[in-house]
Amino acid sequence: MSEHRVNLTINGRGHAATVEARMSLGDYLRDEAGYTGVHLGCEHGVCGACTVIVDGRAVRSCLMLAVQADGSEVTTAEGLADGDGTLHPVQQVMREEHALQCGFCTPGILMTLAALTGGQEKADEATLMNSLSGHICRCTGYQGIRRAARRLAADSGQ
Amino acid sequence: MNAQQLPQGLGAARYIGQRVLRKEDPRLLTGRGQFVDDISLPGMLHCAFARSAIARGNILNIDTSAARDMPGVHAVYTQADLAHFNAQMLSFFLLPPEVEMTPLASDRVCYVGEPLALVVADSRALAEDAASLIEVEYAELDPVVTLADARNGPPIHPGTSDNIAAEMGDEELDDDLAATLNGAAHLVTQKVVHQRISQAPMETRGVVASRDGNEELTLWITCQSPHMIARWVSQSLGLPQTAIRVIAKDVGGSFGLKNHPWKEEVSVILAALLFGRPLKWIEDRYEALTASNQCREAEMTLQAAFDAEGHLLASHGDYACNNGANPQGPDNNIAVHMFVWGAYKMPAYAFLTRGYYTNTNGLAAYRGPWAIESLIRETLLDRAARKIGIDPVEIRRRNLVTLKDQPSVSSMGIPREDITPAECMEKLLHHFDLAAFRKEQAAARAEGRYLGFGLATYIEPTGSAGSMPVMTGELAQIRIEPTGKVTATMSTHSQGHGTATTMAQIIADRLGVAYEDVTVFEGDSARGGFSPGAAGSRQGVIGGGAAISAADLLAAKVKTVAAHLLNASAETITIDGGTVHVTGAPEMSRSLGEIAAIAYGEPDRLPPGCESGLEVQHRYQPPPMTFTSAAHACVVEVDADTGFVKILRWISSEDCGTVINPAVVEGQISGGLAQAIGMVLLEEMPFDARGNPLSATFKDYLLPAISDIPEFEFVPANTPSQALGGMRGVGEGGAIIGPPTLVNAIADALIPFGELPEPLALPLTPTKLLSVIEGRDLAAHSAPAPVVVAAAAPATEPAPAAAAPAGEVRVDGAWDMVLKTPMGPQGMVVTFAVDGNAISGRFDSPEGSQDFIGGTLEVNRVRFDLKVEKPMKITLKYDLQFDGDSLSGKCKMGMFGSAKVSGTRKV
Repeated sequence: MSEHRVNLTINGRGHAATVEARMSLGDYLRDEAGYTGVHLGCEHGVCGACTVIVDGRAVRSCLMLAVQADGSEVTTAEGLADGDGTLHPVQQVMREEHALQCGFCTPGILMTLAALTGGQEKADEATLMNSLSGHICRCTGYQGIRRAARRLAADSGQ
Repeated sequence: MNAQQLPQGLGAARYIGQRVLRKEDPRLLTGRGQFVDDISLPGMLHCAFARSAIARGNILNIDTSAARDMPGVHAVYTQADLAHFNAQMLSFFLLPPEVEMTPLASDRVCYVGEPLALVVADSRALAEDAASLIEVEYAELDPVVTLADARNGPPIHPGTSDNIAAEMGDEELDDDLAATLNGAAHLVTQKVVHQRISQAPMETRGVVASRDGNEELTLWITCQSPHMIARWVSQSLGLPQTAIRVIAKDVGGSFGLKNHPWKEEVSVILAALLFGRPLKWIEDRYEALTASNQCREAEMTLQAAFDAEGHLLASHGDYACNNGANPQGPDNNIAVHMFVWGAYKMPAYAFLTRGYYTNTNGLAAYRGPWAIESLIRETLLDRAARKIGIDPVEIRRRNLVTLKDQPSVSSMGIPREDITPAECMEKLLHHFDLAAFRKEQAAARAEGRYLGFGLATYIEPTGSAGSMPVMTGELAQIRIEPTGKVTATMSTHSQGHGTATTMAQIIADRLGVAYEDVTVFEGDSARGGFSPGAAGSRQGVIGGGAAISAADLLAAKVKTVAAHLLNASAETITIDGGTVHVTGAPEMSRSLGEIAAIAYGEPDRLPPGCESGLEVQHRYQPPPMTFTSAAHACVVEVDADTGFVKILRWISSEDCGTVINPAVVEGQISGGLAQAIGMVLLEEMPFDARGNPLSATFKDYLLPAISDIPEFEFVPANTPSQALGGMRGVGEGGAIIGPPTLVNAIADALIPFGELPEPLALPLTPTKLLSVIEGRDLAAHSAPAPVVVAAAAPATEPAPAAAAPAGEVRVDGAWDMVLKTPMGPQGMVVTFAVDGNAISGRFDSPEGSQDFIGGTLEVNRVRFDLKVEKPMKITLKYDLQFDGDSLSGKCKMGMFGSAKVSGTRKV
């Protein structure tokens, strides 16, 4: 089993590590870097719970190897809120719309919505809904998630 | 939901009924939740299982040597290593199984995925690598996979004579019932074949077990109640001397799957006791789909007779469910029959109900485990309406029990005092213009678009307490801290339910403090007291009542203390916004913190005899059962070119009593409905003929996504229940009423093409619907063997007379007897005394002793009645045949039908 040096930035902090080639980014973030807000729901790329932002784009961390993230900037659910605890707009709207119950799928949904609404290009409602179809929530029946996405699209003027 | 409607006596409410923000969300939204896989302990090692590759066979050899030799592997255990613990697998009712079951397979395997060996290694990856190196030699046997296999095939468990795990009811149809059914103006038969479902919570199963010395065991486990886990593990492992602490702060959904530990969790706990270092096992999704317990696979035939005007006359139900090899309690799902006509004016009902063992994953609970009763009844009613030529609304109006018809008792003995399905339906129809829809539907059909309207009504038993051993009341412990802040410890537990929020809303209202100043702790067996947690839509009803009672007791204490300190009478004291006021004397107001500081720190200033501090606890015991009622409707469009179903509208009119938090209530209904939509259109856990599971990933097992689920509309229909606070419970209903609502809409849409095929086999895939639309079986090339669901035949043979005994008949003396009850087999010792043809005797069981007299003996047949008070008043009519040192027969248990009895002479 080969070992590889990786350097990456997670939630604004630098991390240097030696990882096995086969270690997924999700396992690395959880078990090595300590970001347990990354939730592994299926480990085969369907449920979306493990989604993180890598260099500005939403990525399923179970389908990406840690070595592939070398040199990248990674954001997890832990890195969304401001340092003073003020929730990110996506977190705030998810809370207000009761878009979560057990909270297991929630970090992935947050990261997809944050990736699509936080950058220069704002996604419209159809794009958000289409992207959310890649996230499985077994609790809520998606009612609050849909309301939250609509509000985010409206807030971004799309 | 109706936020305004509060029951009498709850008084002014600032928080109850409001969509307050959840207390759970700040940590869950910032990645700071604490799920079991987030626990990491010093020295902790990781586990993985080697599992059976075949469905049925004997184990010839397990070679673990290569796995043991792998670097990073610390131990490999098989059942031989764990056997000395004598761990006993138990049901939810804490009863042992009637077939042999060990944590790891010992000498035989009975389903694909059954755990055979456990590897302990430095990492999960290494443990998996090593598990794959374990070589198992089997002598494979032909598996029993389907219900048809189970009925006709060899018994899969040694020492049993057939595959029947549990059975009740009568095989022969009563003459009067048969005459009513066959002589009615309309006899409608509905058959349902329900597919197997995976509960599939987003968080899979998992446990971290830490042996802390010889007398302490700490478990972090994903579950539905830490208290239930502690009780189950203590009894299962026989550890009454061990202090067991179970922690489950956040749980990623459960839906019945995690009611109690199963083989894997027990194996990990035993391995941790053996190895002495903390061990973690987190199930991966492949294991979760192929090796976890599953649910719902069943077949049912329901016959219902109607008069010429569509009034119900009589009915018969024949039900069978697949228990798998090792169910979490042998189950014939008696609740199906208890509640199938519970909301309707049904004069007579009889049933036969069975659960069968097969070489598949075991049966575990899933949201509304008896839900097939609503599916089959409501789809039958729609078919009956079409046959009789009346509207689906009208057939329900003619048969539903209304408030005017109550109090009354159902034909199965269910007392109905305040159920409101008919009222929910009328409120729903006030909101939905059905006549306008029919016009729209006709116009659409003219354009080749197929719209359908589906309606369903139901009642759901909730908040059960006091009639089954683990279904208890709930405990609330509330204290006002010396700071004036409020801390509550509840026996409730959330797997997404938000009980820390709803209980805090109640406590804040009842104590007169700000919601923000109330913190609710749960999720740790070291706090609070026993409760089974989330099971049977009970926490809002019972936990809510406990929170009200305890808060009221605490408010009374505050008033007593404040009245004494302020030299006022207790009646003039009010608490509002965290401040204690004296009516008419605003200058006397004191903060709750000031009163609390004195209550804790200056006991001399308290009234004589008053206990210091501001702390109370109360365990609330609700009425034995509460009912939620609902009517749901939906509108669908079925695409005639593709067979795809699009849900256009869905309206819920639900009477779940007092609504503590509308967002939480709507969330529960919506989540249940999404699972219902999955069951009707998408989800399926099939097996091949060798018992191999065919849905191993989420690419095979299709869960509903946001694009499959419509927006749900909620019509207010709430009326308070008789439980304290008026809550009725809302956890399971969406999963019960959703399936018939959607199936009825699809059937309505396809009327131009004919009825849906019989039996109604879920899921209704595009292929099945296109087959209706095109009038040919598009699935024929890959269809499984047709399922034959036997309808009950009229009784023709007379009841057998006492047969001549083969051996000596000696009834006198003590017998070990087993009665197969709805809660599982129950053992007892019966001592008979014979005097000529008269029989008397005595029953002894762990629950107590009871004498009986007045029995009769004819040749070798003994009949007698036993009147019991618990769990309910019921007369048990025993009819036993004696043969040498064994006895067998039946016990007729009133409305529960008949149960099998077997026994042997006590030596």
